Amino acid sequence: MKAPQFDYVRVSTVADAVAQLRRHGDDARLLAGGQSLLATLNMRLSQPTMLVDITRIKALHGIAVHDGYLRIGALVRHVEIERSATVAQHLPLLTQAAPYIAHAAIRNRGTLGGSLALADPAAEWPACTLATDGELILSDGSKERRVMAGDFFIDLYQTDLHPDELVTAVEFPLPGPQRRFVFTELARRHGDYAIAGIAIAADVVGDVLGDLRIVFLGVGNTPMRALGAEMALNQTRGEAAALKEAVGSLKEDIAPGNDLYTSAEAKLHLAGVLLQRAVSSILQQGEQS
Amino acid sequence: MSDKVDKVLTRISVNGVVHERWIEPRQHLVDYLRDEIGLKGTRTGCEQGVCGACAVRIDGETVRGCLTLAVQADGAVVETIEGVSDSGAIGDLQHAFLEHNALQCGFCTAGMLLTADDLLKAVPGANREQIRAHMSGNYCRCSGYHAIVDAVETTRETRRLAIRSGERNE
Repeated sequence: MKAPQFDYVRVSTVADAVAQLRRHGDDARLLAGGQSLLATLNMRLSQPTMLVDITRIKALHGIAVHDGYLRIGALVRHVEIERSATVAQHLPLLTQAAPYIAHAAIRNRGTLGGSLALADPAAEWPACTLATDGELILSDGSKERRVMAGDFFIDLYQTDLHPDELVTAVEFPLPGPQRRFVFTELARRHGDYAIAGIAIAADVVGDVLGDLRIVFLGVGNTPMRALGAEMALNQTRGEAAALKEAVGSLKEDIAPGNDLYTSAEAKLHLAGVLLQRAVSSILQQGEQS
Repeated sequence: MSDKVDKVLTRISVNGVVHERWIEPRQHLVDYLRDEIGLKGTRTGCEQGVCGACAVRIDGETVRGCLTLAVQADGAVVETIEGVSDSGAIGDLQHAFLEHNALQCGFCTAGMLLTADDLLKAVPGANREQIRAHMSGNYCRCSGYHAIVDAVETTRETRRLAIRSGERNE
């Protein structure tokens, strides 16, 4: 199908983007990579009357390390993260996760900020941002505020973003030398939305796991942090008993629903499979270093 | 808010020719290429970013034409299957598709060719698994996937040999 009619304006500053949002209210949508928005417009699931193209706001581009953070601009595209040597060096979780995002042609346009602001529960970046204690930088054109990923994702496609704000960047605290990461997911075909996926981060000291972050995607209304599983595995070597307890606690930690192809029970089971694979893989990384 | 939307003046280089047009903001790049410029090689398939038949290049990168508004390409350099066919840039790949019967109806072929060419440029030694992963966003409903992967592998080898014997300058 074809998109409904809408007006289009291209802005070059955050303040101009916010001015458009204030002027048009709910009728306006920000257009970044457009890889979800344009699909919903073509399917007429959404009928905004004004698209505000923010892709040429220079301040929202760029990947840099400063003051203990890896800062990635909201308009940085998935492909740029996938290929960035800086990201690979400092936050390899993102490098691991990027190839799972849709297909190459979509990664050439889709953006980090767009993915986070949309907050699709099956998307990779929200889970990765939560697993790395990322902070979102939000701006209303005059004031900035910082929101931890854990406070940003509220419910299905709902975030803490105010109607007159946009995501300008994400700052990821630089991990210490013992920090290891694993990202993996299960999908029917490569590039499809994940049935379930997992992003984990841990300090691996000797072969002991510490300060774990275990975050699932595709098994709830938001990216889901599995606190019970973290408790079961923290300060262990991922032994069978600890793993069993962690997998058992997932039924309290996550809230999968049935979707078109996969039942809630199957998703819960698969989350356990992913957890075991990820823990085994993160311990192997610890051994190799 | 007016009922009627304003057309937007866009200036897009398509296969080396600059076109200036007043267009509706909602027009996606494939409709622009097919209806405004008259280039019918790029297909309108699912129009929701799934099938890959609408692949075109913007500033050298392959994108989904159906998930890109033409107004977003203002000032950009767009290349279509017509452009890369006429320049001979993918002649070897097209020949391999023919040899391997890697197309039946041909609907997906333009997208397949552009996507495969990207991979072979970025990863000249791509193995079968990498080819399949990279091409996973392009559907062929005649189900010619094996033949398509065979054709890409063959082109990988001919390009390798060509580089070795100095025939290609890239």
